Amino acid sequence: MSLTKISENPKPGSTIFSPELAARFDKLVTLYPVRRSALIPMLLYAQDEIGYVSDAAIAEIAQRLDLTVLDVRNVLSYYSMLRTNPIGKYNVQVCTNISCMVRGGQELFQHCKKRLGIGHKQTTSDGIFSLEEVECIGACSWAPAVQVNYDFHENLTPEAMDALLDEYRSKAGQ
Amino acid sequence: MADVTLTVDGKTITAPAGTLLLEACRKVGIEIPAFCYYPGLSLQAACRMCLVRIEKMPKLQTACTTPVAEGMIVSTETDEIKQARKAMLELVLANHPLDCPVCDAGGECELQDMTFKYGAGGSQFVEIKNHREEQQWSPVVFFDRPRCILCYRCVRVCNEGMDVAALGIQQRNVGSVIAPNDITSLDCEQCGMCIDICPVGALTSDTYRYKTRPWEMTHVGTICTHCGDGCKTTLGVRRSDDGMQIVRGDNRDKSGLNGEFLCVKGRYAFDFANSSERLTQPLVRQPNGEFATVSWEDAIKVVAKRFRAARDERGGRSIGVIGSTRITNEEAYLLQKIARSAFGTNNIDHHRTTDYVGIVRALDGQKNRFASIADAGSAPAILILGNDPTEQHPLLAWNVRTNVRHNGARIYLANHRKIKLHRQAKSFIQIPADGYEAFAHFLGGDEASSFGADAIALRDSLRQEQNLLIVFGSELRGTAISALVKFGFSLPDTKFACLGDYVNSRGAADMGLYPDLLPGYQPIHGNSAIRAEYGDGIPRESGLDLAQMFEAAARNELAALYVVGDDPVERLGIAEETLHNTFLVVQDMFMTATAKLADVVLPTANLYEKSGTVTNTFGDLQLVKKAADRAGVRTDLELIVRIADTMGEDVHTLVPFGKGVRADMGQSRGAQSGEADRHGIWLAAHNLEPKLSPFDPNALLDEIQRLVPGYDFDRLDLLGGTSQQVQPAGDGLIGISQLADRPDGILPSGDTLFTSGTLGHYSEKLNEVEVFQTKKSMVAAD
Ligand code: SF4
Ligand code: SF4
Ligand code: SF4
Ligand code: FES
Ligand code: FES
Repeated sequence: MSLTKISENPKPGSTIFSPELAARFDKLVTLYPVRRSALIPMLLYAQDEIGYVSDAAIAEIAQRLDLTVLDVRNVLSYYSMLRTNPIGKYNVQVCTNISCMVRGGQELFQHCKKRLGIGHKQTTSDGIFSLEEVECIGACSWAPAVQVNYDFHENLTPEAMDALLDEYRSKAGQ
Repeated sequence: MADVTLTVDGKTITAPAGTLLLEACRKVGIEIPAFCYYPGLSLQAACRMCLVRIEKMPKLQTACTTPVAEGMIVSTETDEIKQARKAMLELVLANHPLDCPVCDAGGECELQDMTFKYGAGGSQFVEIKNHREEQQWSPVVFFDRPRCILCYRCVRVCNEGMDVAALGIQQRNVGSVIAPNDITSLDCEQCGMCIDICPVGALTSDTYRYKTRPWEMTHVGTICTHCGDGCKTTLGVRRSDDGMQIVRGDNRDKSGLNGEFLCVKGRYAFDFANSSERLTQPLVRQPNGEFATVSWEDAIKVVAKRFRAARDERGGRSIGVIGSTRITNEEAYLLQKIARSAFGTNNIDHHRTTDYVGIVRALDGQKNRFASIADAGSAPAILILGNDPTEQHPLLAWNVRTNVRHNGARIYLANHRKIKLHRQAKSFIQIPADGYEAFAHFLGGDEASSFGADAIALRDSLRQEQNLLIVFGSELRGTAISALVKFGFSLPDTKFACLGDYVNSRGAADMGLYPDLLPGYQPIHGNSAIRAEYGDGIPRESGLDLAQMFEAAARNELAALYVVGDDPVERLGIAEETLHNTFLVVQDMFMTATAKLADVVLPTANLYEKSGTVTNTFGDLQLVKKAADRAGVRTDLELIVRIADTMGEDVHTLVPFGKGVRADMGQSRGAQSGEADRHGIWLAAHNLEPKLSPFDPNALLDEIQRLVPGYDFDRLDLLGGTSQQVQPAGDGLIGISQLADRPDGILPSGDTLFTSGTLGHYSEKLNEVEVFQTKKSMVAAD
């Protein structure tokens, strides 16, 4: 029987992450009373570096924390901001929760769909944008709000949104 | 812990501090509904069915996680609570399909029972139910997601009970789903514990899925016919064209020594009994060399005539008898009795898989040194030498894991491989495959042996133990066992267990299927009650062992060979010519390699089709009950009796039946018809045994109980279904130590979790599981 797949089980010592991230992980696991507490930050940092949480990342994280691959997937699948597939360079997350909804969030989301030609959780063919409809992102006071990767953009209108998207597109070209 | 007193539904109850409210209530007969709570597993508090009102607490509380406290005032069934439970059920049912009419769990489903009780027949939900197709996760496990109520029982039993952790839970809220470890399939031990523990029909087994309804089966609790642990398995049987067919093996009845445990074999590998390859007619080889089917009478006549001729013309020593490790104690006992007293030979043996004689010899004169398998679940410390219990003794492994989890037992392991139980071990050391004997001496203080610092540390910790349980496999034999036992005696109250491979390996040994030992390991040449009883016709010299019988056959010195339920030709690779001049009779279920060479083949019933007793490798004696039936086959017991009878032996001397009990057999037609049946039922209901016929195993059990040292158990308790421990090394054993230089003739089966000797070849399901898991490990090794 093979309770953890050897193929998914990287050799101890080797890493798929950058030396900086690997060093950060080495430290991280020492900071908590139990190792597995480092799981969520590790998944997030891995996603930041690779763009998504790949199978190889899952396997290495499992090994670093002495968990099974299944344990890691259980936690990973719980959080909607963690993903297991690559997405566009810029992840446009439009909030349509209450405050944003009453201030035009829904229209903004529809506008983005039309403008980018993609739907919820889809990616443009050039790989620059992904679009997502999300719940409250904690920027209610400045609704409607949009989060692109880790940056917030507030008090948006369809016109402001267009400008924002143009700006990101030109940034992507650089 | 000190007791606390509390009030539940107006009743004053007491319970030890720390007891969960739900358990305290159950103990006094107040049933609190629960889906996710499961005794022995970690707490989950996921289902909220156990909500109760506790005074001074602001909200309803979960009884499954609340410990009792002094002065607590609890109500468990008020209108408020009923309403809350009904609401919980409505949520559970929101996506639950309405497929009770076809669901396997229908009729024994906890969700049905609760819905019936709390009347959550209507629903506020108007949304369309989420539907997902059923998935197959392995050759035995299927998952029907919409039926799942997310109680996490399966996840916990696989993690905590099995230590496999093949099931997880993914996504969240309404999307939450039970997930297998290999993305879309299960890479696991395939035990089916998850299926058994599922309160609904979300996890189902391939063997039982959509086959029948629970109330259309008869449920018979009997003993698993595979490994030497002897789990109780409840077989669901149903009428079929040619008898009673087994459709399910499970463990709803947790009354056996295995509690709730069953492995893949006890649960699914009953299908050999339903195999189309079963032999159902006696076969006699004709002058042209071909088999012809003949009547039972004719076949038995041929056998009896040739056996008698062999005995009368060439002497008892020209007859060999090979017994089985899967027949009952009564059959094994009778087989050696007919060999010794009717054939006049000690040429009798069986497939030995471990050195029972060695441990009995080492424990000679000691009392209560044999452990029961239950001790593995309660001993404070266990030393396991050799063997791989996870693969070869799954129940033992389960008991060890449970003991560690619940009682913090200390496990010491020495093995030549890194076996899975090392995960539970306090210390584990790897020793050379041929180093067990040296290690036993090392434990006893032999400083010359070269074991490292970790071995010394292990020995030092062992020396602090008392009530140690020492379990060892077939790696240790003879003098190695003596050395180990000597070490065990240096500590207070050590117990021992010797691991053999098949369901009645121990029984076969205890019943004297040895050329040099009578039942109860009494040497053949001494005087004993058995010798006195059988008459002095039994030769005093040892007979031939199994290998020697084939050597004798090759030298034309074996006139007849009687093989009951074994396949030595396949196991030992015996050449066909060897048996050319030997009259070979084989009793088996299948056309085995040995049967192919036979002159007469008599088709037999298996353990699931007969009654009697078996003794597991720990010496726990248990009752076997007839569950299934196959037209055309006979039990080994009946065949042995019939052959002896036809040979002209006095059946009353062989089987002490019909003594002391008289019954009116009634008539087969008319007003009195069925009288015998009714009488039988009445006797059974009153724990009495009819013993009306020579085919009644109870008659032989009387004799075993009377004559076999160690088999002095409580008969009524046994009949009531409680296993009895036998201690063959008790008083009354004669001179076993004279046997120090006997050859051990041991050939371990080498079975894994997914094989089971010859029998395993005929279980399609077991083979399918084996192929499936082998592929998984090949992928993993890539
Ligand atoms: S069959 Fe046994 S080992 Fe496999 S998932 Fe179910 S409980 Fe776990
Ligand atoms: S599959 Fe069965 S045991 Fe597992 S969580 Fe669902 S309902 Fe509970
Ligand atoms: S552990 Fe042994 S006795 Fe128990 S079910 Fe498995 S094979 Fe049968
Ligand atoms: S509702 Fe949109 S940020 Fe809170
Ligand atoms: S039994 Fe208490 S919450 Fe499930």
